[in-house]
Amino acid sequence: MTATTQPALRTPLYPNHVAAGARLVDFAGWEMPVNYGSQIEEHHAVRRDAGMFDVSHMLSVDLSGAGATAFLRGLLANDVAKLREPGKALYSCMLNERGGVIDDLIVYRFSDADYRLVVNAGTADNDIAWMRNNIARTGANLSLVPRRDLAMIAVQGPNAIDKAARAIPEIGAAHALPGVFQAARIGELLVAHTGYTGEDGLEIALPASRAGAAWEALTAAGVKPCGLGARDTLRLEAGMNLYGQDMDEDTSPLDAGLAWTIDLKDGNRDFVGKTALAAQTDRRKLLGLVLEGKGVLRAHMKVVTSHGDGETTSGSFSPSLERSIAFARLPAQAMPGEAVEVDIRGKLVAARTVKLPFVRHGKPLI
Amino acid sequence: MATTPAELKYTASHEWIRVETDGTLTIGVTDHAQEALGDVVFLELPDAGRRVEAGEAIAVIESVKAASDIYAPVAGEVIESNQAAVDAPESINADAYANWLFRIRPDDAGLGKVIDAAAYEALVANT
Repeated sequence: MTATTQPALRTPLYPNHVAAGARLVDFAGWEMPVNYGSQIEEHHAVRRDAGMFDVSHMLSVDLSGAGATAFLRGLLANDVAKLREPGKALYSCMLNERGGVIDDLIVYRFSDADYRLVVNAGTADNDIAWMRNNIARTGANLSLVPRRDLAMIAVQGPNAIDKAARAIPEIGAAHALPGVFQAARIGELLVAHTGYTGEDGLEIALPASRAGAAWEALTAAGVKPCGLGARDTLRLEAGMNLYGQDMDEDTSPLDAGLAWTIDLKDGNRDFVGKTALAAQTDRRKLLGLVLEGKGVLRAHMKVVTSHGDGETTSGSFSPSLERSIAFARLPAQAMPGEAVEVDIRGKLVAARTVKLPFVRHGKPLI
Repeated sequence: MATTPAELKYTASHEWIRVETDGTLTIGVTDHAQEALGDVVFLELPDAGRRVEAGEAIAVIESVKAASDIYAPVAGEVIESNQAAVDAPESINADAYANWLFRIRPDDAGLGKVIDAAAYEALVANT
């Protein structure tokens, strides 16, 4: 309820948000919708039907030129060499020399000379600088083009793809949509079968000039506009990390539940941060917490376990489970199914550890 | 936005206060507060019989977004908390003025630093 300075940046969909009655907040310098009324209803729309998010604040970056594959194999902790079919996507961390996470991103490979990366809004400028420095350092002859001319809409939920096909002509007319975790260029769109909610859906990059009309057509097809509030509870239930909250430049991906994204199979491959990760001795474990007592878990609460203390990194009320859940960074010995206590404003409240995710495809997993 | 009931008093920390005929106070949060908080999912209310000081944080309202303290506007004794609101926290979003949180028997008749509906509306307009 305190006044903040006016964020400088607005997406091409800003007028649509205002017209839809959005409550707007500052997110990484962008004026973004946090909800359009009830974030719980928006959350349920995605779990049960179809919702959409304006994710135009995230940045698409096109990387092209011979040697792009070799460059990305040295830049990213996950290995783009495993991307074989055109359009296939990979989730990866981009690390600094200390093994900390500069950003987490999705990279799409169309050919060995043609990639797109999608990076977070708050880290975009830093990411671009880091990539340019690494291009210069390695002497790669590559073109790096930030695509601020694009808008992005994530359409998510069990009925998301059907409704998107009705609303957007190219998607409706496409012979086949990309497989899961794959993208396809359809006309002037890039349609990716990806998301950040644990539901089926598409992330559609399109020219900014078309964004408003696409948003209205999706609304008319029964896709509910959803804000950052619902996006946060959906990704939390889906066990997906949020950059800046669950990990940052001072966090090893090994301590953030992201060991599965560190590809060490090719022993000859070197990548930025590899040496630091190999030298890391002290490990922490990211687990889910379900609150058994009363209250709501939030980030940065102390967690008392039989192996020592840990800390929550994200926490909220889970609309799907109707109780509070969190991610917690805990001593490495901690396992799912243990009783722990969380310090909520000075009171120790009972919780238990669980394996992530909490919810997938509309179904509770805990 | 709901109209601000003229018969109630308000605090700068977004509580409303109704002075009952027996001199006790019924207290809730304003419509502006519920809207700013978003979906309310949990309430922690004081037990009946608790002695409270003016300005003391005595209750917590948690939305999906964040936790916020609720303050006692005056010194006195809590005489009742609204269990129906605890059981259905979303009722605060549905009607913040119908769904009170707790009642206090004040030590003396003064209401402290409260403002009327017009002044509260002006305060909200300037935040």
